[in-house]
Amino acid sequence: MIKTEWTKSKAFYDEYFRNPNPDKKSTHYCPGCGHGNVHKFMAEALEDFGVIDQSIIISPVGCSVFAYYYFDTGNIQAAHGRAAAVATGIKRAHPHSIVISYQGDGDLAAIGTAELIHTANRGENITVIFINNAIYGMTGGQMAPTTLLGQKTTTSPRGRDAANEGSPIRVCELLNTLDAPVYLERVSIHDVKSRAKARMAVRKAIKNQIDGKGYSMVEVLSPCPSGWKMDPVDSLKWIEEEMMKVFPLGVLRDRSNEIQPRKIEKHYPTREEIKEQLGLNELKDKLYPQTQQQQYKNPAIKAAGFGGQGILLLGIGLAQAGMMEGYNVSWIPSYGPEMRGGTANCHVHISDKIVGSPVVSYPSILVAMNRPSLEKFEKDVIPGGVIIYDSSLIDVKPSRNDVEIMEIPATKMADELGNTRIANMVILGALVGYTAILNKNTLIDTLPYIITRQRLIEINKKAVENGFDFGANKALKGCPQN
Amino acid sequence: MTRELLKGNYAVVKGAILAGCRLYFGYPITPASEIAEAASNYLPLIGGTFIQAESEVAAINMLYGAVSGGIRAMTASSSPGISLKQEGISYAAGAELPIVVVDVVRGGPGLGNIAPEQSDYNQIVKGGGHGNYKNIVLAPNSAQEMCDLTRDAFDLAFKYRNPTFILTDGFIGQMMEPVSYAEPKMEFPREDWAVYGDRESKRNLISSIYLDPDELEAHNVKLQKKYEHAQEKEVRYENYHLDDAKFVVIAYGIVSRMVRSAIDQLRKEGLKVGMLRPITLFPFPKKEIKEMANHGTAFLVTEMSNGQLLEDVRLAAEFKVPVYFYNRMGGNVPGSEELIEQIKIRYQQS
Repeated sequence: MIKTEWTKSKAFYDEYFRNPNPDKKSTHYCPGCGHGNVHKFMAEALEDFGVIDQSIIISPVGCSVFAYYYFDTGNIQAAHGRAAAVATGIKRAHPHSIVISYQGDGDLAAIGTAELIHTANRGENITVIFINNAIYGMTGGQMAPTTLLGQKTTTSPRGRDAANEGSPIRVCELLNTLDAPVYLERVSIHDVKSRAKARMAVRKAIKNQIDGKGYSMVEVLSPCPSGWKMDPVDSLKWIEEEMMKVFPLGVLRDRSNEIQPRKIEKHYPTREEIKEQLGLNELKDKLYPQTQQQQYKNPAIKAAGFGGQGILLLGIGLAQAGMMEGYNVSWIPSYGPEMRGGTANCHVHISDKIVGSPVVSYPSILVAMNRPSLEKFEKDVIPGGVIIYDSSLIDVKPSRNDVEIMEIPATKMADELGNTRIANMVILGALVGYTAILNKNTLIDTLPYIITRQRLIEINKKAVENGFDFGANKALKGCPQN
Repeated sequence: MTRELLKGNYAVVKGAILAGCRLYFGYPITPASEIAEAASNYLPLIGGTFIQAESEVAAINMLYGAVSGGIRAMTASSSPGISLKQEGISYAAGAELPIVVVDVVRGGPGLGNIAPEQSDYNQIVKGGGHGNYKNIVLAPNSAQEMCDLTRDAFDLAFKYRNPTFILTDGFIGQMMEPVSYAEPKMEFPREDWAVYGDRESKRNLISSIYLDPDELEAHNVKLQKKYEHAQEKEVRYENYHLDDAKFVVIAYGIVSRMVRSAIDQLRKEGLKVGMLRPITLFPFPKKEIKEMANHGTAFLVTEMSNGQLLEDVRLAAEFKVPVYFYNRMGGNVPGSEELIEQIKIRYQQS
């Protein structure tokens, strides 16, 4: 049922207590302004549908910034152009609420264009009421994106010129290119007949939201006598004679009857569900034994090679295993200028003390998987440290004679296992086999944490084991120092 | 204790969800994108919502809308993205909305680079947007703190009804360290200021407009009181060998980790050096610095920016003692070796 116009809707406050004006019964809008009419259509609809309490109105920047003076609903005031984004936020927070984004042409079609289009494109289940009065009203009559060609404003004093300012934007037509919107209609309020249509359009746009059908927008051609510097009667005529030529009235899209309502059921997870989904239950309490020997204790490790050799994963494996043995660990990646083809390196600390700097400038263990890395970082290794390098890829020998050097044909060993890409795991095994900074079992149990593809775990395990045996064997025999 | 080896950026998201965060609005930017990626993975699994916004501006305003509803929500970005969000942050401060924002700082100005800097100190700690407001700012220095301080950020934001930041950088975001977790928070009281879309809350208005100068002044005074209260109650810092220190290094975030290593080495050499690491950048540990200055302790401020932290230390020390300065910029992280050298020089001068 539609109420007669002179009965004030319950969606309005009895007295506009937020309005600083001593007169708490009148609005702040100018005589002849269209906002009052449109507010009334909205308020009536909210009352008729029985949704006043759950409604939230987003006030934009512009004359209707004070919409919250009038609506006895939840109210949120938004920054210029952002009403649609704010509407998205509150609607997603409280999907049961009825959210109306009320915006003018400057707000919606200039500074808020991105939010307009993307909110519509996501098909947010909200109602947008777009007041098109072809001007910036509140700031004193500047040109709007919908200002007509030739129309004089304070910032187009000689009339809007397409060559300089472009032509007026037709918002409904623009949104009609998108898949998601359900209902797009342009209406006017220049006479009794058009107002009746406008009222029905506003009702439908709100009803669609209540029914969970999705995005609806009503564009209202609305008079701004003050901004247009016209009297109210001439303003109505101007809408009919000038605005409607550029902005033809009508339904651009109405899929209200075809759309299946989207039911949004809010899910409140239990404590256990949260822990389960965050993967916290998979973390094992098992602590692996620590057996680091004094010689290589609390290693600072740098691993370096080409991007794509799995250097970073090698480091993660060390850190993960170190953590499982109860050490303090850190891992940081560090890339050369190029992600691929350049050098990739990472720094790992495994320590029984708190790790200060996670950076490893002077490694106690250097892993080099290509020649540039060996040449670049060899000099930084601390005296008595260890250099491990892939002798199947590096055709030079380290020149240091105050460090232990283990050469390992890691890539060749990986090839023998049938996969070049697991050379990193061969080296990982060899490093641990040689230095005994970690236990072999820990390292093997680390693999499911760092290898995402289950089917590759077996071959990686083999690589680690072969590497470990190689390293342990070298440790027994002792590595030659240069 | 069960621990997980985790990147700092991921630790943020797990900490947020454990703190009750259920909505995330974000926009991709290096080096913060992993936060959005993790949020997009986990939130839908627990009945939450992730939206990739059309812009940083839209993201912060979606957050403004969601938090108007009295729920826990967040966004994250990196320096240029935060610059874009500043208008929305100012609105949230004005409307007293408890938004949580993470800034994974990268090198600037302009497009700069994606390496770590601390050059957003001013734009986060000093406000950044328009108006007389402050953010509460927490500065983690480990993956564990990325998790824990994010959790605390939600509590502080709601306690003070104020925008609260995690100010971190690309280094901590990318670093993997063991993280252990607190139990998820499950109970959240209804906020009497929020708009829930129901009868009880419909008289609530979320707004930052105060047309009358007297009213706006009163609102500003109220905000300042809130900040003073936070200054009194919420200062957090790490005391590393301060008790017998003759010389104190002040550093936050990743730099504090290098300083820690430097101090460990210098202590072995017999130098009585300590570190004060601010964990809250606002409120800043002013009182503590002032007290040390009153005792004649000289300071070295070290940061990955152009003296932004230095200004706050100098103000807190009230120019009573020498405040030396060593910084790196452009994405270079000072090594503990160069810090040892710098500290030694200044230690001897003081």
